[in-house]
This record gives sequence, C-alpha cells and structure tokens, in this order.
Amino acid sequence: MIRRLPHVDRVGIEERAAMLGKRSIKTTAKQQGIRLAVSMLDLTTLEGADTPGKVRQLCAKAVCPAPTMPEIPSVAAICVYPALAGVARGALQGTGVRTASVATGFPSGQVGLDVKLRETEDAIAAGAEEIDMVISREAFLAGDDARVQEEIVRVKEACGDAHLKVIVETAELGSYDHVRHASMISMEAGADFVKTSTGKAATGATPGVCLVMLEAIRDYAERTGRIVGFKAAGGVSTSKAALHRLVLVKETLGDEWLTADRFRIGASSVLNDLLMQYAKTETGRYGRSEDFSKE
Amino acid sequence: MSVRTSIVWDYAPAPEATDHVRLRDSYGLFVGGEFRDPVDGRREPTINPATEEPLAEVAWAGPKDLEAAIEAARAAQPAWAALPGRERAKYLFRVARLIQERARELAVVESLDGGKPLRESRDVDIPLAAAHFFHYAGWADKLRYGVAGREVEPMGVVGQIVPWNFPLLMAAWKLAPALACGNAAILKPAETTPLTALLLAEICQEAELPAGVVAIVPGDGATGATLVRAPGIDKIAFTGSTGVGRDIQTALAGRDVGLTLELGGKSANIVFEDAALDQAVEGIVNGIFFNQGHVCCAGSRLLIQESVADQVVAKLWRRMGNLRVGDPLDKNTDVGAINSAEQLARIEALVAAGEEEGAVRRTVACDVPERGYWFAPTLFTDVSPAHRIAVEEIFGPVVSVLTFRTQAEAIEKANNSRYGLAAGIWTDKGAKAFEVAAALQAGVVWQNTYNHFDPTAAFGGYKESGFGREGGPAGLRPYLREKGA
Repeated sequence: MIRRLPHVDRVGIEERAAMLGKRSIKTTAKQQGIRLAVSMLDLTTLEGADTPGKVRQLCAKAVCPAPTMPEIPSVAAICVYPALAGVARGALQGTGVRTASVATGFPSGQVGLDVKLRETEDAIAAGAEEIDMVISREAFLAGDDARVQEEIVRVKEACGDAHLKVIVETAELGSYDHVRHASMISMEAGADFVKTSTGKAATGATPGVCLVMLEAIRDYAERTGRIVGFKAAGGVSTSKAALHRLVLVKETLGDEWLTADRFRIGASSVLNDLLMQYAKTETGRYGRSEDFSKE
Repeated sequence: MSVRTSIVWDYAPAPEATDHVRLRDSYGLFVGGEFRDPVDGRREPTINPATEEPLAEVAWAGPKDLEAAIEAARAAQPAWAALPGRERAKYLFRVARLIQERARELAVVESLDGGKPLRESRDVDIPLAAAHFFHYAGWADKLRYGVAGREVEPMGVVGQIVPWNFPLLMAAWKLAPALACGNAAILKPAETTPLTALLLAEICQEAELPAGVVAIVPGDGATGATLVRAPGIDKIAFTGSTGVGRDIQTALAGRDVGLTLELGGKSANIVFEDAALDQAVEGIVNGIFFNQGHVCCAGSRLLIQESVADQVVAKLWRRMGNLRVGDPLDKNTDVGAINSAEQLARIEALVAAGEEEGAVRRTVACDVPERGYWFAPTLFTDVSPAHRIAVEEIFGPVVSVLTFRTQAEAIEKANNSRYGLAAGIWTDKGAKAFEVAAALQAGVVWQNTYNHFDPTAAFGGYKESGFGREGGPAGLRPYLREKGA
C-alpha cells in the first residue's frame, strides 16, 4: 500500500483554532456550556497508585459532581485501567454513568497483538462498556499503515458491543498531516470515536490537533455517512479550555455533535475548575478549590 | 447509547461596552494644532451604519478651510523637517503608544462609525495602526538606509485622502511615513467614517506634535477634489476607487506634484488541487468576508482547479453557514454592517447583474437587524470570465467562483484583469507557489494565507490598481525627493 498523506497547513489550522478560542462565552452561554462540558466528561484516573477505594470515590463524584448545585449533571463516563474496570462498573451500576477502560498496552502500545486483544477482552469481561485503545505508533511511524489498521479492526471485533475509542497519540505523530492520516485510518478501521491523546505524552488535545481531527471526522462522515465521535484528552484542565473545545466542535461539526455520544473530554482536574466557574456565574465570586471535593 | 443531552448551545449576546467612549457631540476641523470651526465649510452628521443613528456632527472643510490648513502646514514643515530624525521619531513613538493606550476606545468607535466587527477593529485595525507608527518611527533617523544611501529631503506638504474601509489604519499608513520623512500632512478622512481620524487628531495634540504638522480635514469628494487642486501641495497620496484616482491623475497632469494611487482590485485567489483544502477555505472566507468584503485587495475572484472545485465550493458553502452576521459590537460577530446606503445599493446592483447574466447565486440565510445596512454573505458559481461580477469590483461580501484546468490557465485567468492589486496562491508545493507568484501581475501575492498585513511589507498595485508602495522601506520613497533633483 502506497501511503498518500493529506495536506494540512500548520499555520492556517492554528490560526483558525486560535480564532475560535476568542469566541466570547458569557452569562447563560457560559452556564449552559459548563453543564454541557460536565455531561461530556470522561472523568479519568490512570495512575499506578489507583486503588479500589480511590476509584469508588471518583465514581461517586462522577455521578454527583456537586451536591450543592443539583443542576450540574453527571459526567459521561469514568475511565480507568482494566484491573479497576470491575470496581468502577460495580460502583456505577444503575447511575447512567458509563465505565470506560484503557487497553492494548496503554499508553505506549508496545506489546503484541495477542496481548492487546486479551487485555481488551479482560476489560470487557470485567464490565467495561467503552474501550480506549492506542494505535501502534511504532507501526505508524515506520509507514506500516496496514498493521495499524489491522490492529484496530481486530480490537474492534474483540470489543463486541463495547464502544471503541482509538487514541492516535498526536504528540508522537510529529505533524498535522500525520494526525489527519492516523484519524482517517482509525475511522476506516471501525473506530466509534477518535481520541487525541493518552494524557501521558508531552502535549495533548491542543486546539490545532482538535481542529484537524474534527475536520477529518466531518469529511469522513460526508463521504461515508457514518458518524464518528471525538474525544479531546490531555491538557484540557481549565473551563476556558473546555469551552474552547466545545466551540471547535460546534463550528466544525455543528450542534448535532454537542452530545455525549459524539463528543467527550477526557480529563481529571478540569471538573473542579468547571464547578468553580459555574459557582462564580451564580454567586459572582470565585470560590476556593477546597469548596469542592477532589474526588 | 443512553447518554444524551438535548441542549442547543448558542453564544449569548456579548456586546462590547461603549460607556468608556468619550465622543463629543460635535467635532471641528483639526488645523494648526487645534480644533476649529469651519470658515466656509459646513457640519454634517456621521451615522452608525448598523443602526442609522447619528453618532456626532463633524465639520467638513471648505476651500478657505483647506487654504488655512495648507498655510499652517507650510509654516510648520521647515522646522519639522529640520528636527533630527531621532527627535521626529520620539513624536511618532508617542503617537503609537497613545494609540495603544486608547486602543479599546478607538476599536469601538471604528466599529460604531464604519460597521466593521469589533473582533476586526480590536485585533486588526487598531494594533496595525499602532504598528505602522512604531515601524516608521524607527525609520525617521535612518532614511538614507531606506533609499540606498542617496541624499534625500522631504517632499514638503502632502495631501492625503483615505477611504472608509479601514479609516484609522489607512490614516496611519499615510501619516506615519510622511511624518517620519519630515513632511507636513493634510489628511482628509472619508465622509462616512471621520471619527477615528478625529480621535487621532486628539492623540496628535496629546503627543504635543508641533502645531500645523498634521491637519485633519473631513469632507466629501468635493473637499478631496479641492485639496488635490490646491496650490501649496507638493504630493498627493490617494487610496480609493479607480474612477476618482483617474480624476486626480488628470487634475495633476503637467504639475510638479508627486502622486501615488492605491485603487481598486479584483484580486484572484487561486486554489490548486494539491492545496490544504480546509485551510484554503478559511483563506477564501478571510479573503472575501473580512470587513464585509470592503477591502481593496479582497480575494473576490476565486479560481479553483476544476478537479477539486465541487469539493471546495461545498466546503466553502458549509463554512459560510457558520458566519455570524449582525451587531458589529458583538464580540462574536464575523460579518458586520455595510458601510453606507450608497455602498449597499452598489452591491445590490452588481449582484442583480450577476443573476441576470446567468451566474448561480447562493446567499446565506441569516437574520439581520431591520434597521441599518446589511448584505448577507453571497457566493456565485457558474461564473464566466466575461460576467460583470467577474470583472468589476463589488466591494462587498460577494465571491465569484471560476474554474481552471492547468497552472498556465490559472495564471492567464488571474492576469486577465484591468486590475492587479493582490492575489492568493493555495498549494502545498513550494516550487509551484514561487513559479506562479512570479508570473502574476499583482502587487501583493499571498501564499497559503490571505489579507495578511504587516507594516514591514510593501503594499501597492499593478495596472489600474495604482502605483506607488506603502509599507516598509518602499513606503518612504514617495515622501522623499533626491536632493538637487
């Protein structure tokens, strides 16, 4: 297979993405945007030190982020390592918050396909309803698109009914052309979502990267009619950044993409900033981080 | 999936505050360093084109007023020219800093008086106006290096006539190099947008610029025509329509008066099949809908390679649906009000001609306010090079799409115009970009961008788009003459 890379102009894409960051989101639009962002969160903990206790506490936070502000919705999902997928699923039973698990040798993906498939199956058996896999950057950067695609196809098969998010890990791809190309390969191979990053690399869901992937999703949907979702993960740690991502989605894909089954934000610390900003729109003053529980 | 929200999320109105703006009810003429009542001029209201409400009353200069301005300028110019360059520079730096200090006020007034979106006046017009003063302040003590070591002297008293599309920015383009070179300047702002030039007059006072070095004399075309013919003017710099430019050149024929003209355009924006198409679409939007298309270098003739034409037009049309048309003061507005009733009528007439000649028109459906002058972004396809909308400058948010098959045909079509102000090239191939740029008869050629301005870059036209350059060292030349020449 001869690789034909698409053209993405770095200066142009970053200018457009930055311009959309200047949209003024105030008053009711800000409140609504914050509630929307919360409802699209994949609240994430991916640490070696994660324990069942920590995950259960995070699940409680996911279901009811701010007991003092009942209009704040639950988040979309909890995202954990496979070993803790069962704990999360148990804690979230009947809440409407979904259980997502990373898999396939996350974050580097440097294991064999059989291990990737086995890990996916284990996570699903433990209760994961969504799988966040990583593409093999080792194959992608060596030019072996066929292997990248084949792995996604096989993991998708292993997922069964579970929702598959494919992480392209933009920080390791080196160019926007590559980001677009990897997104297209992932969609062709059956991804339900394409996702920017693991959160473990130097950069994550920068505005430029998000815009490139959103344009790829739009063009793929127009060509094939199939809807693919988008997950911005890594580096979205403030309300301003979250609202910027919403603007990018709204003005690239349209209002119909502003639902949790088509757009997610993968993050951990952003939730409390969203709550603090929301409280500010209500009370007119900034709160303290101590006003909200860490998890 | 079960997770679904049913909210349609839209941006709440985000109007920029206007309570910090200190507009006077009435402005006099700025002559001899002070605001004066007109002697034989009159007072006219200037209106907000988004509401048709008057903003202030402005004095228009009559012939005697112009005489007085020229007299004051002639008296002030020798001392100004005799100042060491570094001293003139200090005044220009001061003006630049004061523009920055009053940036918010200037941006709001520019949008109120001219109808352009605040996002543009705030992020483009005002910062660039300050940047031009900074740039030319730097040249004031280095003039010889700008003209290859020749001995030069200022022209003397220069008359400058600026258009209504970038009122303060064009005033800065004209005044900054003229003053840096040691000239005195008489600036006539456009009749529909005099306010920011008058605020600039206040800034000149605040900067303690010597009286008479700058005069601001609002008025209409008649005022401009009088200024052009007035004795005591050593050079005319004009930015505006080709028709008026022609009149000016005729009036100055056989007289020892310097002249530079920056006139109309029908600039080609060329999209090759190997371009980054999504970014090209952004460039097309920026090329023609920036400032409602009231841009002399607007990319109004869109040339798309036939192999990708349908795709690009589909992307463009979809993108146009996202443009937010409305209140210029709203921080989220992309396309504001048309500058005047007269300009709106001209746009409507040319668009009607386009339909009559058989081009296919698509106009974005959007709610615009009932009062004020508005024209929704419009796209014409099936345009033939002979159609009026492919030939004449519309100066509005209207783009005409033509197709080409090969690079040679693109160049031939792009150059097949009586104008030659600007062009855009969209390709991922570096060699092609340089080849095409060299073959285009256009004063400015942008590659993979459009409507990108910088004080260090020369701007000006080929053919009926005028002559002379503004910006960068080339922008000094028209304001200097060789000693002894």
